[in-house]
Amino acid sequence: MLLSGLPSLPWIWGAAGLLAVVASAGIGVLVGPVHISPGAVLQALVGGAVDPGQANILWALRFPRVVLGLLVGGMLAVAGAAYQGVFRNPLADPYLLGAAAGANLGATLAISVAPGTSVIGVNVVPLAAFAGAAAAVAGAYILGRTVTGLRSNTGLILAGVAIAAFFNSIQQFVQQSQTSSIREVYSWILGRLVTAGWDGVFLVLPYVVLSAGVIFLHRRLLDALMIGEDETTSLGISVQRVRLIVVVAATLGTAAVVAVGGTIAFVGIIVPHTVRLLVGRSYRVVVPLSLLFGAAFLVLADTVARTIVAPGEVPIGVITAFVGAPFFIVVMRSSRAAAL
Amino acid sequence: MQTHKQLAGAKPAARFGTVVVAALFGLTSCGGGQSSPPASAHFPVTITQSNGATVTVTHQPRHIVSLSPTGTEMLFAIGAGSQVIAVDDQSNYPASAPKTKLSGFQPNIEAIAAYQPDLVVASDDVGGIVRGMQALSIPILIEPAAKTLDDSYVQLKQLGTATGHPAGADGVVARMRSDIDSFVRSVSKPARQLRVYHELDNTYYSVTSATFIGQVYKLLGLSNIADAASAAAPDYPQLSAEYIVAANPDLIVLADTKCCQQDLNSVAARPGWAVIKAVRSGQVVGVDDDIASRWGPRVIDFMKAVAPHVQQLEKAA
Repeated sequence: MLLSGLPSLPWIWGAAGLLAVVASAGIGVLVGPVHISPGAVLQALVGGAVDPGQANILWALRFPRVVLGLLVGGMLAVAGAAYQGVFRNPLADPYLLGAAAGANLGATLAISVAPGTSVIGVNVVPLAAFAGAAAAVAGAYILGRTVTGLRSNTGLILAGVAIAAFFNSIQQFVQQSQTSSIREVYSWILGRLVTAGWDGVFLVLPYVVLSAGVIFLHRRLLDALMIGEDETTSLGISVQRVRLIVVVAATLGTAAVVAVGGTIAFVGIIVPHTVRLLVGRSYRVVVPLSLLFGAAFLVLADTVARTIVAPGEVPIGVITAFVGAPFFIVVMRSSRAAAL
Repeated sequence: MQTHKQLAGAKPAARFGTVVVAALFGLTSCGGGQSSPPASAHFPVTITQSNGATVTVTHQPRHIVSLSPTGTEMLFAIGAGSQVIAVDDQSNYPASAPKTKLSGFQPNIEAIAAYQPDLVVASDDVGGIVRGMQALSIPILIEPAAKTLDDSYVQLKQLGTATGHPAGADGVVARMRSDIDSFVRSVSKPARQLRVYHELDNTYYSVTSATFIGQVYKLLGLSNIADAASAAAPDYPQLSAEYIVAANPDLIVLADTKCCQQDLNSVAARPGWAVIKAVRSGQVVGVDDDIASRWGPRVIDFMKAVAPHVQQLEKAA
């Protein structure tokens, strides 16, 4: 049809993406603040007998952290790609409609008002963050559709910006008035894979599978949206419906990973754009490759975060931007011919 | 000092380089006077701050505003409590301190000036407070987070001089020194060095030996696992869970019992932590977050909480 000019995923790039995931996960499990020989790591992975102390560190701490990094990175990148697609805005990221502001507010309230509370065995902080993110995006969506009266996505984006600013102001007020919990709030905002365990992995896994799956199924429709709203409508596609489904899916996944990993910045912007610059603009390319390269990128960033000042930690949000921004500039410079 | 502690961890890049408190020049002139406030003849006094700036107090202060929880504890301990008219919202000790909504973290200069103070005590020069007070000709003493117990003693003596209670301050310092000596003597420092992990919050921020808390552990003969992470931050680094588990501390001290409700059970439930020696032997000590983060006279209470566990560990070793 109309979109035949856009290529589908070249197999070599698909293979490269898978390789990046495997390689980064390999580096992630081999490298850590505690030195464990590669042989022992491989032994542990195949279920062989290793020193119980090392097995404990690998199975309880390092492996779940790498798996969680893969899920969080892949989800944020694919959600970013989806947001950029539905809003046809290169600056869109998964936090555009207030997901981060909502999550931060939810987490801050939970940390300062009801510290240490659990609901049916689950710490209340991720639940509150999830609820905050979902509430912010829902608020922005309703506001954008009904109040601004703009049919285009501009109204939606502006509503998201307003909601984010509003939620941020409340979050900062609560934070200022509860100085005793500031450290915890900050380490939450800057990302916290530090305390990752299998419980976090199982908490986000269903959301990531569902959310990434829905976005993946809509990759052709995202391509169709690229040609413009009116034209898309003339093809018999309901732009509103596609947008709603993709935004809900991306938000659900983002809220889940943010609830466990904190609001890690930049992954949702840099990874999809790097894929566009290197491979192509079609969402049949951008969606699957963002998932793979996002996963690989975050695991590598986290490996740096936990080894560069080992045995200390650097907040992962600092690394993603510090490493990601220059890398992105290099990619942009070397592929200037490609249109954004 | 709650505020500084949290701020330090929150924004590592913006962390205050806590300067070692400089020698005190104005002290020599203030010797006598037992319990009653000495005559105003002792004033004016001039105090040289840790950053080299001098502060002159022209008369004995009667309206002191303290924006530092540690400063408040020190003022009351040296006998200047009756001169304190307002303390910040984090100053929760002693109970008789006149707690207000003033913030030492986000100081509101007008709100402070409204108390018409003749001396302000704070732990950090944030929000332009020093400039603001200077503009109003109100003397302000900045007493930053101590790196050593000696820093604490110097601060106590500075406050003694500034408030007209030099003897009270000397007494507190002497009592602290002798109490600390007896705690140090109560532990035998065994051949096998015991390892300690001090936890500031449940994202594994800790303290190195370059802090006053770290110095307490050193005095008790413990080796501090956070010292290996000085590259991350010289004073309050965040540690990797992997490293904490591998370092296998004999003693875990939780200074996050109030902020984050941590205890032996919650620590034992963390992934991979159940094998740590301190967890298996139950040597996970919860201490009051405030006591463990303030460098005032209650450092003694902190030692009192920790020393018996060191003795138990030594017996078992």
